[in-house]
Amino acid sequence: MALEDTLPEIEVREGVDRETIETVQAMAGKYKHGWETEIEMEFAPKGLNEEIVRLISAKNGEPEWMTEWRLAAYRRWLEMTEPRWAMLNYPEIDYQDLYYYAKPKSMEVKPKSLDEVDPKLLATYEKLGIPLKEQALLAGVEGADAPQRVAVDAVFDSVSVGTTFKAELAKAGVIFCSISEAIREYPELVKKYLGTVVPQSDNYFATLNSAVFSDGSFVYIPEGVRCPMELSTYFRINAENTGQFERTLIVAEKGSYVSYLEGCTAPKRDTNQLHAAVVEIVVLEDAEVKYSTVQNWFPGDEEGKGGIYNFVTKRADCRGDRAKVMWTQVETGSAITWKYPSCILRGNESQGEFYSIAIANNAQQADTGTKMIHLGKNTRSRIVSKGISAGRAQNTYRGQVTMHPRATDSRNYTQCDSLLIGDQCGAHTVPYIEVKNNSSRVEHEATTSKVDDDQLFYCRSRGMDEEEAVALVVNGFCKEVLQALPMEFAMEAQALVAISLEGSVG
Amino acid sequence: MLKINNLHVKLEEEEKVILRGVDLEVEAGKVHAIMGPNGSGKSTLSYVLSGRDGYEVTDGSATLEGEELLEMEPEERAAAGLFLAFQYPVEIPGVGNMTFLRTALNAQRKARGEEEISAGDFLKLVREKAASLKIDADMMKRPVNVGFSGGEKKRNEILQMALLEPKMCILDETDSGLDVDAMKLVSEGVNALRDEGRAFLVITHYQRLLDHIRPDVVHIMANGRIVKTGGPELALEVEKNGYADILSEVEA
Repeated sequence: MALEDTLPEIEVREGVDRETIETVQAMAGKYKHGWETEIEMEFAPKGLNEEIVRLISAKNGEPEWMTEWRLAAYRRWLEMTEPRWAMLNYPEIDYQDLYYYAKPKSMEVKPKSLDEVDPKLLATYEKLGIPLKEQALLAGVEGADAPQRVAVDAVFDSVSVGTTFKAELAKAGVIFCSISEAIREYPELVKKYLGTVVPQSDNYFATLNSAVFSDGSFVYIPEGVRCPMELSTYFRINAENTGQFERTLIVAEKGSYVSYLEGCTAPKRDTNQLHAAVVEIVVLEDAEVKYSTVQNWFPGDEEGKGGIYNFVTKRADCRGDRAKVMWTQVETGSAITWKYPSCILRGNESQGEFYSIAIANNAQQADTGTKMIHLGKNTRSRIVSKGISAGRAQNTYRGQVTMHPRATDSRNYTQCDSLLIGDQCGAHTVPYIEVKNNSSRVEHEATTSKVDDDQLFYCRSRGMDEEEAVALVVNGFCKEVLQALPMEFAMEAQALVAISLEGSVG
Repeated sequence: MLKINNLHVKLEEEEKVILRGVDLEVEAGKVHAIMGPNGSGKSTLSYVLSGRDGYEVTDGSATLEGEELLEMEPEERAAAGLFLAFQYPVEIPGVGNMTFLRTALNAQRKARGEEEISAGDFLKLVREKAASLKIDADMMKRPVNVGFSGGEKKRNEILQMALLEPKMCILDETDSGLDVDAMKLVSEGVNALRDEGRAFLVITHYQRLLDHIRPDVVHIMANGRIVKTGGPELALEVEKNGYADILSEVEA
């Protein structure tokens, strides 16, 4: 069959600004990204063993040291047990019943540029609203002076489809490519940093990832460079029964700056799919990294059937003095979320921030939060977590703040707010606080509230329907976090908040 | 415009009857005032008309331009042209006043099959209306009613009214908590909106608001019923003698 026959219609992108805004506005239905791309895939055999690990490594054309690194992780993983301390309830995962490698056949010969990429794949990203053409810009929000340019690395199941704006970024000395390419092209950099923030043996899921990760993004910002545009990676799980294990490594050299965005979607299926990612960020002296996530994996249906199991390890290491890192996450998807983006504040006067919106509706379960490990003197951290529960969902904030004996004169401020919609959901807050010196200060504030009927009636008496009213009130509740997102994402996130809560009232 | 016929209402959760057969007709272009002692059912009437939960209509009807209101959702009533200026406007933290107003206006437009207003046109419209009510830009940026003074809250209600351009406006004790200057400002806002296509139902305890917003008809409500109807002079009578005289006269 000719490719053209099966291609969904793509309209020419003109004035993307307007179009993306309309796309966002049109996101009125239920889960909008639940469709599947029909494309011939190549799978490695189901199950996990040393052969599969070697095969993934070979498929990526990796050097021997990388294969060995993976095998060491695999052997370690065999001795580990899955952690069950989180407030999550899910059936046993059969790790032998999954595909660990899935790649579109058309990617067999690596395309040299985006023009050579299979049009079906390009169409997939068009449909998701992700611009893979360099002239197409991700829209700014209405009222923004000029739309921001965003470079995109698109990952489809196990492989990176393409990365935009590479040449322009290279002019500034910025490396932005898939991690598999980085392993081949920049082995010294990868060797120097991979696994230094999240070691191979860190935890069950991170170790599994170390063995089988197939792709992901690599970012290197040289000393003193302010990355000329936002970088983003867009993850799409498409194939059935396939785990996605991506690995992201970001290195910000002295005095550099980068803002990085990550988005995720997956088709609707009634079986669960495993996603176990690792993100490592190295922040050197006076450098600053902002990492934003809008996680919209398929959350499962109203009955709790299907959905992504999302087990993610994200950690940033502020190695230099005055290094700064900021995590912002909007977690609306996944059946299960297990995720604690953390900051190691090693450098003196380094700073870590964590802004989170976690929404759980229907039968979703989220156990998410952060760790702020203060090791350096005069370090600062700030945590703002907004958890929203609706339906029969359970939403847990789990956070750790540790002040090491040497981390004198350090400060943490934690604000942890939960909002309940309906009377069958749950919100839980589990803070761990350890202070081992006398000059540091830790503040923790927590509130739990219900969506107020008076607020809803007030909105409705002005013409908004009930869901619009809930979305407005909830967006207000989340405002501090939404404000921390880059403009390009803020609007999408706002719309997502509304969609995620559909059917939560009435 | 608004026709209320033999309206009986009780609380949903308890056996407490509040309205016992209210009959009222407000014509387009007119301002009707409802006065009455505490607990007479004035505020309940405004809530029932706008569709608040917690009340059960046991008998009677209420129509807006011939359409039965009581079967509509609150937002449908708003789109049909009903507006309630709240006695206690509700605070919505984190939601900018501008966002709130624009969402409301566009929701109504959408419900009526009209096109949404563009950001630029909306801004122009709001600025114009806000200036006439002496509402400064700062108040538009702040979250809805959060940290607003009593006067600011009420002015904000009138601003919403001015923007949404309803046909039937109900003002529930808009004068409560206002000083003389604020009351004057709010009244001027209301008066500016008076026109022949629009009707007002002004609920108040006191005559003084009616010095500023001159009513065409005054009703006295007591014990869940309209017990007396007259011209503006009825309000003056209440001011002078209190409700006792009228009530005893009615009961007699």
